[in-house]
Amino acid sequence: MNSTSTHFVPPRRVGIYEPLHQFGMWGDTFKSNISNEGDMNMTPSHIIIANNQKLDNNLSEGTSHGTGGTPHMFDQEASTSRHPDKIQRRLAQNREAAKKSRLRKKAYVQQLETSRLKLIHLEQELDRARQQGFYVGNGIDTNSLGISEPMNPGIAAFEMEYGHWIQEQNKQICELRTVLQGQVSDVELRLLVETAMKHYFDLFRMKSAAAKADVFFVMSGMWRTSAERFFLWIGGFRPSDLLKVLLPHFDVMTDQQILDVCNLRQSCQQAEDALSQGMEKLQHTLADCVAGGRLGEGSYIPQVNSAMERLEALVSFVNQADHLRHETLQQMHRILTTRQAARGLLALGEYFQRLRALSSSWTTRHREST
Amino acid sequence: MDKVMRMSSERGVVIFTKSSCCLCYAVQILFRDLRVQPTIYEIDTDPDCREIEKALLRIGCSTAVPAVFVGGKLVGSTNEVMSLHLSGSLVPLIRPYQSLPY
Repeated sequence: MNSTSTHFVPPRRVGIYEPLHQFGMWGDTFKSNISNEGDMNMTPSHIIIANNQKLDNNLSEGTSHGTGGTPHMFDQEASTSRHPDKIQRRLAQNREAAKKSRLRKKAYVQQLETSRLKLIHLEQELDRARQQGFYVGNGIDTNSLGISEPMNPGIAAFEMEYGHWIQEQNKQICELRTVLQGQVSDVELRLLVETAMKHYFDLFRMKSAAAKADVFFVMSGMWRTSAERFFLWIGGFRPSDLLKVLLPHFDVMTDQQILDVCNLRQSCQQAEDALSQGMEKLQHTLADCVAGGRLGEGSYIPQVNSAMERLEALVSFVNQADHLRHETLQQMHRILTTRQAARGLLALGEYFQRLRALSSSWTTRHREST
Repeated sequence: MDKVMRMSSERGVVIFTKSSCCLCYAVQILFRDLRVQPTIYEIDTDPDCREIEKALLRIGCSTAVPAVFVGGKLVGSTNEVMSLHLSGSLVPLIRPYQSLPY
């Protein structure tokens, strides 16, 4: 009965949105609403534009002033004058549809608003993280050729967790510094030391999960700042480096402590060397695997399964390296007094902070010179 | 498993390895650094490889290889060996078997 086309409705009637787009969203539902009524006089091509209060008024105006009042809404007089109750029903349906449409639009707009706020919040976090000088992915992984790869959810989660880890780390370092400058009980200090140790152990746990998701990501150190990456050894810091950084910072040590530390340095170095050589062997065997068969014929790795197994072994190496870091920290904690351990953890924390700051300075210096 | 019992109770340091396992290689390097010449059993060349693996796991090794035995007793896998060494407890354990020159 009523034939109306979307083109006849001027944009201002539907507010700020593109009329065509909007009808694409809501128009189909009107079609289904209408066709469900089973009314003989309605054909599927009739789309009722009814998401505007004004339109509703027009419809009611139309009924009171007769069908000729709004020519772009009503087609032929004949069909409407013959069935007044059908008109009423149709008007009611229109009002219903209009109401539903308004509610849907409201929900959609609210969704947009929430997303917009989320986006602003995320951008702020990103800026803050970048200022702190560590690598933050832009949501899409790119390999060296600049080709986008879909972001691994395990890695995305890890990067976010690591960001929080750094923030917490900075807080703990600050607290240690403040507390050591004043008077503090051994009990309180022990608590701080335990918290700091646990914080490192949390990192190793996070890395283990990330290594399962993408071991190459952990190995590359891309989640760390550039200066930290320079010192990377199997996905993290060298345990022997840790000892080198810490040792000059201890005040008086007993003879037993000196002996214990000496032994720890040696065993740590031996364990590190063993793992390094294991890694080298892994590289050699993988290279042999990849170069297997005949190169130059455009064929793939003949024993690709064995190559994949080698890569699986990388996960074990990363875990072993972290285990070594864990044990080194644990042994230092055992050998030192609480106060010494607190000083040591503060020194270690500040060392990494300096590395991160150095990376930041380097990045900005690079920018200024271009 | 008898075979494992027999092999592991040999004198000195016994390590069950797989030829493809690079962590096993790392553990061997460590013992060599500590002047120990361990007896190596490469289980992947053994026809009973699967059974040996299962037996090693049953005995309590965290990963089947490397499985390190000292003086007939299970020390463990890479994790356990590294922890022992850093705590200073490994060297006293293997001292009777340090045969290699400095």
